[in-house]
Amino acid sequence: MPKITYIEHNGSEHVLEVKSGLSVMEGAVKNNIPGIDADCGGACACATCHVYVDAAWADKTGAKSAMEESMLDFAENVEPTSRLSCQIKVTDQLDGLVVRMPESQH
Amino acid sequence: MTETSPGVVIVGAGHAGGTVAALLRQYGLETPITLIGEEPIPPYQRPPLSKAWLKGEADADSLALKPSEFYAEVGIKLILGVKVNAIHPAAHTVDLSDGRTLSYATLIIATGARARALSIPGADLRGVLSLRSAADAEALKAALGPGKRLAVIGGGYIGLEAAASARALGAEAVVIEREPRILARVACEVLSTFFTDYHRARGVDFELGAMVEALEGDGGHVSGVRLADGRVVPCDVALVGVGAPPNDEIAAAAGLECQGGIVVDTQARTSDPDIFAIGDVSHRPLPHYHRSFRLESVANALEQARQAAAAIIGRPPPPHEVTWNWSDQYDIKYQFAGVPFDVDDMLVRGDPASGKFAVFHLTGDVIQAVEAINAPAEFMAGRQLIGQRRPISRTRLADTTVSMKEVAA
Repeated sequence: MPKITYIEHNGSEHVLEVKSGLSVMEGAVKNNIPGIDADCGGACACATCHVYVDAAWADKTGAKSAMEESMLDFAENVEPTSRLSCQIKVTDQLDGLVVRMPESQH
Repeated sequence: MTETSPGVVIVGAGHAGGTVAALLRQYGLETPITLIGEEPIPPYQRPPLSKAWLKGEADADSLALKPSEFYAEVGIKLILGVKVNAIHPAAHTVDLSDGRTLSYATLIIATGARARALSIPGADLRGVLSLRSAADAEALKAALGPGKRLAVIGGGYIGLEAAASARALGAEAVVIEREPRILARVACEVLSTFFTDYHRARGVDFELGAMVEALEGDGGHVSGVRLADGRVVPCDVALVGVGAPPNDEIAAAAGLECQGGIVVDTQARTSDPDIFAIGDVSHRPLPHYHRSFRLESVANALEQARQAAAAIIGRPPPPHEVTWNWSDQYDIKYQFAGVPFDVDDMLVRGDPASGKFAVFHLTGDVIQAVEAINAPAEFMAGRQLIGQRRPISRTRLADTTVSMKEVAA
């Protein structure tokens, strides 16, 4: 299974094996990792699963949809590497992915 | 027999109960946590039941809040298929339907709401369903498919989402609503018209301003819905979606203050300091509006789960959130935030005919609520502005050539 490293805003690292087909958000939520709230459960309706994807992975995680882009526009602490983790599907190609979390999702 | 179980006992293993249990562990609580649920399965997400799950686009694993092994791993004791019959606040105990009594130091009531049943002839026929639990969704899904006709009684979100999903499954659908318009209790008229037209264009029939008098049956199975004007709307399955009263009876019987839901404060604490209530069952303050209300939404359940977990563990309370919710029907993303209390005006940004617009409800120049159709920027900016309570320019808000970023600036 692909390994994904989730880094909380305080620096705590969690390395998890996440099944292909799940989203990066689901990997965190199903393992009770703090820092990703995902209130809407992955419907791209709330922008509470905001993460920063290391630039090296930008190609493999794919492009943002217009919906995701608009939601992110109004999230807190947005950077060019910001993504909604519910919109990134885990594949074998994402083995080794590192995502960092913002200070707050709300 | 009384089992010794100090620690946190959570009554109700739905979205709210499951989330607060997981959060308490995430926040570092070390005392025992017991989660008691009436349904036979661990906590799961209800929103997909009328949407992706009903259409066959989500499986049981993706519905589950956490993998089933999670609870044992973090030391959350699950007691499933069991109801709590009574709460004894003085003794700090609860009576379970299997005869056991559990002690608690802190109790969290997350018993949710239940689908309101119709008290009309034929309501107990086979094929008359409601949609609240995974088992309900399973029964509804099994009854839908090509050649089947679904009659939805009640034009609310559940009914409309189910009608959209039924069409996706190849079934026919008719929505029967008592009021002259659908979503009358929860959305403005612009939205009602938009959704009615959208559903009609996709083959859904509507009976508006129609009183349901009885359900008719054939061999014990529902075959039609009889209206007050004598007409019978034929169907193979009927879904009743006419609201959900709170499951607050055990709280009221225990002497907790109830008022159409269990009354709580901004930390989700009830009138008993050792008892919290979260989610659909609570009647809670809405700090941005200076009043109390019972909200039925996942966002509310999660916010109160965070409030209760923070209060129990002694963390600073989370920031007050602006209430919000969403609905998926066909390819529409509908998001709404705030509550239109005391509004004196309504402003439509964008053209409903374009399929992308938002309705803002205002008091003076302050936004109280926003309803957004395929308009995430309007929703996100609107939600922030509602929280900030600061006046905006109506002219700029109405002008789609001015971005929401500029409106909010």
